[in-house]
Amino acid sequence: MSPAPAPARKLRVATTSLAGCFGCHMSFLDIDEHLFELVELVEFDRSPLTDIKDVGPCDIGLIEGGVCNAENVHVLREFRRHCKTLIALGACAVNGGLPAQRNHLPLSECLREVYQFRPGLDNGQIPNDPELPLPLDKVRPIHEVVRVDYFLPGCPPSGPAIWKFLTDLIAGRTPRLANGLLHYD
Amino acid sequence: MSALPATPTAALDGVLQRHGHCPTELLQILIEAQDLEGWLPAQTLTHIAQSLHIPRSRVEGVAGFYSFLYTQPVGRYRVLFSDNITDRMLGNTELMDALCRKLWIEPGKLSEDGLVSIATTSCTGLCDQGPAMLVNGRAIGQLTHRRINEIAEMIRQQRPLELWPAEYFQIGDNIRRKDSLLNLDMKPGAALAAVIELGREGWLQEVQKSNLRGRGGAGFATAVKWASARNASGEPKIIVCNADEGEPGTFKDRVLLNSYADLVFEGMTLAAWAVGASEGFLYLRGEYRYLMPQLEAVLTRRREAGLLGHHILHEPCFDFDIRIHLGAGAYVCGEETALIESLEGKRGTPRIRPPFPVTKGYLGRPTVVNNVETLAKTCLIALAGGEAFAASGTAQSAGTKLLSISGDCAEPGIYEYPFGVPIARILEDCGASDTQAVQVGGASGVCLAGYEFQRRIAYEDVPTAGAFMIFDGSRDLFDVARAFVHFFAHESCGFCTPCRVGTSLLQGFMDKLADGHGAKADLADIDWLDRLLKNASHCGLGSAAPNPVIDTLQKFRPAYERRLVSLDFEPAFDLDAALAEARQLTARDDPGAHLHTHEEEEK
Repeated sequence: MSPAPAPARKLRVATTSLAGCFGCHMSFLDIDEHLFELVELVEFDRSPLTDIKDVGPCDIGLIEGGVCNAENVHVLREFRRHCKTLIALGACAVNGGLPAQRNHLPLSECLREVYQFRPGLDNGQIPNDPELPLPLDKVRPIHEVVRVDYFLPGCPPSGPAIWKFLTDLIAGRTPRLANGLLHYD
Repeated sequence: MSALPATPTAALDGVLQRHGHCPTELLQILIEAQDLEGWLPAQTLTHIAQSLHIPRSRVEGVAGFYSFLYTQPVGRYRVLFSDNITDRMLGNTELMDALCRKLWIEPGKLSEDGLVSIATTSCTGLCDQGPAMLVNGRAIGQLTHRRINEIAEMIRQQRPLELWPAEYFQIGDNIRRKDSLLNLDMKPGAALAAVIELGREGWLQEVQKSNLRGRGGAGFATAVKWASARNASGEPKIIVCNADEGEPGTFKDRVLLNSYADLVFEGMTLAAWAVGASEGFLYLRGEYRYLMPQLEAVLTRRREAGLLGHHILHEPCFDFDIRIHLGAGAYVCGEETALIESLEGKRGTPRIRPPFPVTKGYLGRPTVVNNVETLAKTCLIALAGGEAFAASGTAQSAGTKLLSISGDCAEPGIYEYPFGVPIARILEDCGASDTQAVQVGGASGVCLAGYEFQRRIAYEDVPTAGAFMIFDGSRDLFDVARAFVHFFAHESCGFCTPCRVGTSLLQGFMDKLADGHGAKADLADIDWLDRLLKNASHCGLGSAAPNPVIDTLQKFRPAYERRLVSLDFEPAFDLDAALAEARQLTARDDPGAHLHTHEEEEK
């Protein structure tokens, strides 16, 4: 795929990880030397690459991870409000992924197991500091909380898949991943 | 509730013996094995697998596929409420709740004493006399609160079904309009004698002249089907009568089998003569099991009269006999290749076509699968000739059509009309008023709005297998579509992903709207799912599943739009309630411990 023609102005891109492992972000870095081409085409808003804390008006938002607590909901809504195009990046954002394995257990059981009944834990209690976001009863894929425009599956989606997806999007083509790039692991 | 034999294994071995330890009989074996204890315990499945020398997984796979086979204990009284939209319109939900309350149980659960279980099932083909239920496979119609009270009492007293009032089990034909088929008073064997006179070739030519097309809905030319099977190589050839009448709202086959069984069996024999077939199956849906004894009696009588068996009517090269094969509650088995899989004792998963059954069907042999009504109609052609048959109806749709009429009308029942009859005429005849919509052809058919009532029943205009459900101005067409979507999600065989997942997602969206969480974005997603189901499904079930939604979204869109609470997006669940458990565990109630359903409320 030839490099996308540069748009008139640089597109603004924000990324974040909710209930994810940053594996999708690591995979993003795996586009390697394409990163140099990318920074010619886009500029980054909120992202681990910039350390900007609040997302501003953007063209593209990439969300890694599902929604497991109240803070995730706030961040996700903020992204939705500011990003013209919002993308579920990777298995957890698309389906809930590994964190959603707790969904078949009551939340109370999970928290008590970790904070109260773990061997060697005396008088443990479930943290209740107001600074901490409360967990939701179930981990949700992001499309159950906000409207999502595109889904890029994979655990993680490969570097080439992310590059193909982004270059399509930046060039104004509806992103389309061929057989080898699209996988649901 | 017959007494259990001394040893269940001995009885089970008897069942296996009767079916010759033949794996193709697996479904019949499982049905009869279940009769012994009311359900299929694990050791029964193991014993069957060992006796038939097939993997246990295959036995379990078949037992798990059919909804009338139970691998978990069910009540000694197994009550299934028919849950077609017409039953709902007649108040089945309230009646089921009432029965559950009286017997102190929850729907879908077994009572602690193992006495009773209550659940719903897909349309039982009693829409003209609903609300209906099946108790241990026996059909009861015209349910009222009085009947429910009596049924609760009889179950509590453990009164055997045989001692329940006989009128409970009386199923009426409700024939309201007769035409050529229902007026036919034929002496059994008369049509057969006529076609033997014609010779096989002559008979096939008559069928061709008649322009008879399949009455199951697809309208394939019967003569072409028969000729293809006749010309295909492979012996013996098979005639199957498809009496798996599962399309919600259809019950014409029930009436034909109840009161015109001779016409149906004679039609099968006529087909056998044309094709050169020697084996026949009547695939009877499990819901109509109560018809078995009388159908077997008709078969016996016909054998004794020389109309089945060896040398039929003394014709030296004409051997043909018919066996009845029971289904066990699977709508998809109405699809002919799924039906054949089921006949072979497997899960009812539709096959890839081609090859078509006429060349490779039951056990790889040439197989003709015809609808009950199609076969009965061939008697008319045999008696009066193909040209006479072709003279009625329309250019492309010869003859008459039986319609199963139910819903909001004064006289539900069976109506036989020549093809070409306008919808408006039918509505007038059955005493329907203030009609808002008609669902023709069942859940997979077409929903017609008032401006289409001049359209006609015919293959070239509104084709149908016979279901005709009427909805007056008081009905909400969204509820109708949602009921059908639930039906398809339940009946999807699970083989292909577009249908298995697609019907379930579609159900999720319809429920989201029904629960008051609907958003405009959902309508776009529903459109997308409709297209996906239509284009990507393996068989007709999946591709027809979105029909009720497509039609009602087009013709009754306000019924959807009035349910929207957002013009953009709305979660299907309450976000703040999703934090309730965590609030309780941490004893927090600060503002950070809450989420508003809508983002703007947080500003």
